Amino acid sequence: MSIAPSPELSSDLSPDLSQLIRAVDEADSVAKMVGAVRSLAAAQDPAAIPTLMAVLGYNNPGAAVAAVEGLVALGETAVEPILAQVDGYNYTARAWALRALAQIADPRALELLLAAAETDFAPSVRRAAAQGLGALRWARMAAEQVPMARDRVLAVLTVNATDLEWVVRYAAIAGLEGLAQSQPTLGNRVLGLLRDRATADTDLVVRLRAQWAIEQLAAKG
Amino acid sequence: MGIVAVDGEISAKSLTLEEAIANLRSEDASLRYYAAWWVGRFRVSQPDVIEALIEALDYEGDRTEAGGLPLQRNAARALGKLADRSAVPALIRSLTSPDYYVREAAAQSLGQLADDRAVPGLLALLAGGVAAAVVAPGQPHLVQPYDAVLEALGNLQAQGAIDVIRPFTEHSVPKVQYAAVRALYQLTGDDQWGERLVAALRGPDLQLRRALMGDVGAIGYLAGAEAIAQTEAENSLKLIALKGLAEHPNATPDGQTLTDEGRRILVLMDGLL
Repeated sequence: MSIAPSPELSSDLSPDLSQLIRAVDEADSVAKMVGAVRSLAAAQDPAAIPTLMAVLGYNNPGAAVAAVEGLVALGETAVEPILAQVDGYNYTARAWALRALAQIADPRALELLLAAAETDFAPSVRRAAAQGLGALRWARMAAEQVPMARDRVLAVLTVNATDLEWVVRYAAIAGLEGLAQSQPTLGNRVLGLLRDRATADTDLVVRLRAQWAIEQLAAKG
Repeated sequence: MGIVAVDGEISAKSLTLEEAIANLRSEDASLRYYAAWWVGRFRVSQPDVIEALIEALDYEGDRTEAGGLPLQRNAARALGKLADRSAVPALIRSLTSPDYYVREAAAQSLGQLADDRAVPGLLALLAGGVAAAVVAPGQPHLVQPYDAVLEALGNLQAQGAIDVIRPFTEHSVPKVQYAAVRALYQLTGDDQWGERLVAALRGPDLQLRRALMGDVGAIGYLAGAEAIAQTEAENSLKLIALKGLAEHPNATPDGQTLTDEGRRILVLMDGLL
């Protein structure tokens, strides 16, 4: 496996971390790569972020999952570096990065998530973004910004709930459920959309997901 | 036009429905070949199309240099997608075609059409058992399309085939082996076969894992849901496999509401978005 050296390998890394990064760069099999990325992720060191981001583009799903877990474990520290390094040319890498941002759920990712959910050509990116939009931690956003932001999220998810791809519609429904849980004032509008999908969608699994979302919202009152 | 694209948009260069139907009987073999693919792709299931495709199955011209019958292959594949059982007798005849890929397409389509008249013809291709299931001389495939035949017998609920199928679970080619395992799960409901698919999802071969995920979904082995979610493969494929599982009658017996196990699958799907 030929892999470019990690970006920004600087001399002020701790010797341990340098070694972990080198193990990722030098991994010569799929399995070794996965192991090396897991070890690097477990170090929970922000200096590992560039390497973890690079791994998302290696077309190795096992390694990508480990890298996403590592980025998510770093939490808010990782948000700005991820936003700065999202790969505009590799949609698989972009989908993994969006998944990391969606799980960290920091509202600083709002604009990227909205743009990705709305305009990205790749269903894997649109689905990750749709789910993430519903899971944002609104308490971390300045209160006066919330009303407009949540309306924009609702608008994008409403469009995605009728996307051509079933998986994007499925993700939009998961996102809508999350949005209604965290923003109860949107509850009735979301319920209307969910009821429509629960009966009108062409894919059984999407109808089932919508129905389940309705049940969960009802259970919460 | 009354046609819905099933997995994407119809390309700008595509045919109109009228053109496609006319081309099925064109003098130009390449137009017939493309039209046969087109009607399957866009699920144009109407009597004149079915009739033209059945005729195409008997068309002897248009051979490749190696003696293959490309129009017949496409016609056989299309007929499997069009869900019209009037094609079954003709597809059964195609199981004895000299062209391996026609036999393969016919077996797959007969499995999709789920008509048990096909069982004897499919069983005939397993004659000689595992000992006869060897590589065809000079070909990149075995002498028969064993995986397609085994899968079809499972789909057709061919209970009488169980003893014939079982030895194929020890065949040296993984995709044959697992087609037999898949069929036996469908025929017996015995978890040992479902577990064998699940165990292989932890194996080293990515291509095989990708194929097996779909199998676990298609046969509705609900206990395999976690293994699908955890196997090292693309999330897109895992989601498709889990979709199959969630939509299987095992997860939603009435086709409208989920069992608790079915809900567990949705939780896994949410985690893969």
